Amino acid sequence: MHVGLHHYLFVSFMLFSLGLLGVILRRNLIVIYMSLELMLNAANLALVSFSRFNNKLDGQVLVFFIITVAAAEVAVGLALIVALFRKRQSAHVEDLTSMKL
Amino acid sequence: MDAINNLISSGAVNDVFFYVFAALTLLCGVLVIANPFSRSPVTSAMFLVLAIISMSGLFLLLHAFFLAAVQILVYAGAVMVLFLFVIMLLDLKEEARRKIKFFGFVAGIIAVGGIVSAFVKSLASVKENTVEPTLEGETYALGKLLFTQYTLPFEIVSVLLLVAMVGVILLSKKKLE
Repeated sequence: MHVGLHHYLFVSFMLFSLGLLGVILRRNLIVIYMSLELMLNAANLALVSFSRFNNKLDGQVLVFFIITVAAAEVAVGLALIVALFRKRQSAHVEDLTSMKL
Repeated sequence: MDAINNLISSGAVNDVFFYVFAALTLLCGVLVIANPFSRSPVTSAMFLVLAIISMSGLFLLLHAFFLAAVQILVYAGAVMVLFLFVIMLLDLKEEARRKIKFFGFVAGIIAVGGIVSAFVKSLASVKENTVEPTLEGETYALGKLLFTQYTLPFEIVSVLLLVAMVGVILLSKKKLE
């Protein structure tokens, strides 16, 4: 069977679900962050395959922007995690309950 | 020799490469979130690097050559080095196996199941492409589009990078109010 849009989209969907599962089930802030990166990458893969199979380059330009914004987002997020760790000495979501009712 | 050339021109080799890269990506993705041998974030980071590199292989198969290079440079290079630096800075202990709350676990599985079923439904409605894709994601075409039609977003992104840089410097100063 010839590989087409379906196959790439399937891989992208599976990767996105894996990332979501990681965000929900893991308790370490850094691993949660890595799962977020996985989800962003899954979206990138879907965009690139749409771009390829529609013969339009705009999807790839959007992926370029997503990669840039993701890099900025990782820098800010990791700085936040480091600042939080300095204050609380923990990078576990279960130790950060000050906003719990 | 002729047999090999026929195989390459028919695209069968590309299909094999697709399955190899897709399997590698998904396997590494599983190992990022749930590694049975190690709970350390460093192993997760290493498998994330592998997943990103095999995904850039998928980008190559989709003829997005520039994005494949950028993926390796920015993600596997810069972002993962940042992750490893922060892991080193935090000096995390080996993560103890904590009890997963039953309610949270069930709610998470239900949420992921809902998303997967929505994906499967949308996948069934995707039409199979009839025209042969001819798009080439080379640097020249992408750069031309980026600097003509998408100039304003490009400038906005550069401002965003500046803002992120200033924010990170402010956040990681020693004295936080």
